[in-house]
Formats: sequence, C-alpha cells, structure tokens
Amino acid sequence: MSQPVNELENAIVISDLKKTFNQVDYVLQGIDLKIPKGSLTAIIGFSGTGKSVILKHILGLYQPTSGSIEVLGRDLSQLDADGMTEFRKNFGVLFQGAALFDDMSVLENVCFPILEHQKNLTEAEIIDRAGKKLVQVGLNEKDFQKLPSQISGGMQKRTGLARALALDPEILFYDEPTTGLDPILTEMVDDLIVETHRHRPGITSVMVSHDLAASFRIADFVVMLHAGRVLLSGVPNVFFKTDNELVKTFVTKGMRI
Amino acid sequence: MILKLANSIDYFFITWANLSLRFVRELGKILLFGSDSIRMFFHKPFRYLEIVRALEFVGNQSLVIISLTGLFTGLALSFQIYLGFKMVNAVNLVGPTVALGISRELGPVLTGLIVAARAGGAMAARLGTMRVNEQIDALDVMGVNTKQYLVAPRVFAAILCTPLLTAVFDAVAMFGAWFLCVHLVSLDEAIFWDRIRATIEIRHIMEGLFKASVFGLFFSVICTYRGFNTSGGAKGVGEATNGGVVTSMVLIIILDYFLTSFIRIYYSFAGITT
Repeated sequence: MSQPVNELENAIVISDLKKTFNQVDYVLQGIDLKIPKGSLTAIIGFSGTGKSVILKHILGLYQPTSGSIEVLGRDLSQLDADGMTEFRKNFGVLFQGAALFDDMSVLENVCFPILEHQKNLTEAEIIDRAGKKLVQVGLNEKDFQKLPSQISGGMQKRTGLARALALDPEILFYDEPTTGLDPILTEMVDDLIVETHRHRPGITSVMVSHDLAASFRIADFVVMLHAGRVLLSGVPNVFFKTDNELVKTFVTKGMRI
Repeated sequence: MILKLANSIDYFFITWANLSLRFVRELGKILLFGSDSIRMFFHKPFRYLEIVRALEFVGNQSLVIISLTGLFTGLALSFQIYLGFKMVNAVNLVGPTVALGISRELGPVLTGLIVAARAGGAMAARLGTMRVNEQIDALDVMGVNTKQYLVAPRVFAAILCTPLLTAVFDAVAMFGAWFLCVHLVSLDEAIFWDRIRATIEIRHIMEGLFKASVFGLFFSVICTYRGFNTSGGAKGVGEATNGGVVTSMVLIIILDYFLTSFIRIYYSFAGITT
C-alpha cells in the first residue's frame, strides 16, 4: 500500500465539509478527505473531534451545513429521501454497541436486512444466507436462536458484523468497534475486521476509532482529525515520521495506552 | 428604580417570546412528524406484522385494566348519581344520566388517559431505548424507513384501539351501573333500561368513540415523537417517557373540551338537538 492516496480510485470523497448544530460552533470546520476504494481506512482523533459526525454524514444520517460528500461516485446531496434509502443498501455498519434488535434472535437479526431487500428469496434461502454470514464471522449454529441479551459482548459484535455483511455491501463502516471491550476481545474484533476485509476483495472498510494501536496495526490508511479538521492523513508510517507536535503527542500517548 | 423595572419587563417579554417560539417550533416538528408517519402508513411495503404486534400491544394488553377501571367507574358514578337524584325523587333518571356521562365524557377521557399512560409510555420508552442504543440508526442505514416501520403501526393501532377500548369501557361501566342500581340499591330493572333506551342515541356513543380516536392519534404521535427524538442515554429515555405521558394526558383533558365544543357546533349546524 505504498501508492499515494491521490492516485487511487476513491470510494468516498469529502470536500470542504462543514457542520454546525447551533449555527455558532462548528463541529466540522472544512474537512477534505479521500478514502480509496478497497482500502481499510481508520479515522482517528481525540474524543469530540467529529469522527462519528463524519461517519453519520457519509451514511446520510446528517445533512452538511456546507460542502459535499461523494460516495461511490454519487453526490449525496443529489439524493432524495427514497434515493438515500435505496443507496444505503451499499453500506454495512457495525455500530459501537452492535445495535442488535433485542426482540429478535441472533439469526433473525441477520435475516432482517435480507428479508427487507431481497424479496425474491424464499424463507429457506434467507435463513441459509444469514446462517452462512454468521458462520463466516465465527458464530456457532447452537447460538443462532439466542437473543442478543443471552450472548456475550464479543458474540454481539460478531452478530452485528454478520448483519452488516448480510447484503454484501460495497462499503463497511465500523463505529468505534472496540470501545469498552477488554484487551482480548479488542484483539478479537481487530482480527475480525482484518479477516473480513481480506476475505472480501474490493470492499472498502472505514473504521472510526480512538484505538491508535489497532488503527496503525490493521489500517492501510489513517486519517487523523483535530478540532473539526484533518490534521494528517496517509499510510501509518507517515504518523511516526511527522514533525507535527500534536500528532507526535497523540501517537506517543495513544500507543503507550 | 425605573431602569430596573424596564429591565424586568424586557426580560419578561424576551423570555415569553423565546418560550412561544420554542413551543411553535416544537409543535411544527410534531405536526410534520405525525403527518409524515401517517402518510408512510399508506406506502408500500405494508408492515402487517408490525401492525398486528402494535394492535395486540395497545388493544389486547389494555383490555384488563380498561375493564377493571370501567367497572368501578360505573359503580362509583351510578352510586353518586343515585344518592343525588334520590334527594329530588328522580332515581329513574340514574340510568340515562350515567349512560350519557360514560358514553360522551368519562368513557373516552378515562380510556384515553389510561391507554396514553400504559401504551403511550411504553411507546416512548421503547423508541427512546432503540434511539440511544443506535437501533434506529441501524434501521436507517439498512435502508428501512423508520417512521413507516416503527411509528406508523403504533399510531394506527392507537387510532383504532382507543375507540374500541372505549366501547369496552362503556359496556363494562354500564354493567357496573346496572349491577349497582338493580342489585344493590334495588331500582326497577325495566325502568332502568327503558329510560336508557329512550334517552341514549347511537350518536352519543359515536361522539365518545370519535373523541377516543382523536385522543389515540394525539397521544401516539406525541409519545412516539418524544421517543424517536430521545438523546442522552437512560436519563433521556426517562425524560422522553415522562414528557410524552404528561403532555399526552394534559392534552387529552384540554382536547376533550374543544372536541365537545366542536361537536356541539356541528350539531347546531346539522340541526340536531342535544
């Protein structure tokens, strides 16, 4: 991955993105960002720097105050509500807390997006497809009928990932995937992200995280945000060679943790 | 002294203007949310399973509490009216008075309040929890229209079930009134029913059911709106639930007066004597 970011085909292009919620303070103060197709990109930064806000803009959950977002060649501002709903089928998201539906079993959670969007499939085919996704992320068949509350945090993350993969998305997002997990579980989730990325050629993975060690270990590209702006972006090595004091401090402290 | 007074007046008007602005803004948001959700109900795909679940939750699970409240309301109301009418030798009118009061006012209002507290509170809490746990975001990014999937079935169920529950309340309350009048204070059963038949018309019952439908619409839209827009974790869920239920209950009482007036105006235009 030594090719410069600019020369690659981009899955996501963000230009001069600004966002304010109260017309006074800007959470994002002009973000310019390119995420290459097929890469595993980590967006890092201190808490409150706007990492999740960027993610929600890309997912179309927030509207920019100004600036543009292009995903897979489509300008999101040109999509109406129905168009956005349709376009989101290209996305898979693993939320921080997995966001599983607590009244559905593990299997039903993964069946849900397939049932919603693949109307031509039979019930047996949907169950078979969901089962395969669950096995892919390392879940055992005996856990399929359990409710999310009856399985561990790690298994919930796996189920969340299987659900995110259910529609074979072109872009997979991870929102703080390891926050609140113990070191063993953190490593397990990191490995899961790498494995998922490697086993699906062409998929673009975007991870929002403040786990520096993991980001540098697994990501092809890293983007660091600070105060609503991109402070530095590039391959992980760039971060260890920079003269920027803020980045150096962040990296040194982050890696120590 | 004058300057201080002027500042106080300034402060009063600015606060009042801000509050009014906030109220109008919030009202606009609720109206848009409600109309959007109702519009989505008629869009494909129809959420049959969600609708059945909502009907079961709002209607079926409220039956016991509505019946119990109706029974004791009928007993207590008829007893009070009996005691009052006995003083003026008008006990024959206890039946129709209770029937009118129940079908036009107490039935829809009490049912509305109970269902708003039980089902409305649960709606706000459920959607609030789904919001803070990012389940609504998850539905959004899965390309599911969340208003159609989560809100529309609940609003529909409330509009349909509140009048049905009111009908149950009315029937059970009248049973309570009959039981008290005929079996406990020994009024003549034939006179009791005869007077009711002579006084009560189908429109009196329909009036109550119409009110109940409107109450159902309002409490479900308010409670789902509060739940849907929850923020701030468990505290936020608590506030959304509390806010949704309290607003709904106060609104039901206020709405009741305006609906009664509206119906009277309609009757006078239609030439119907009340």
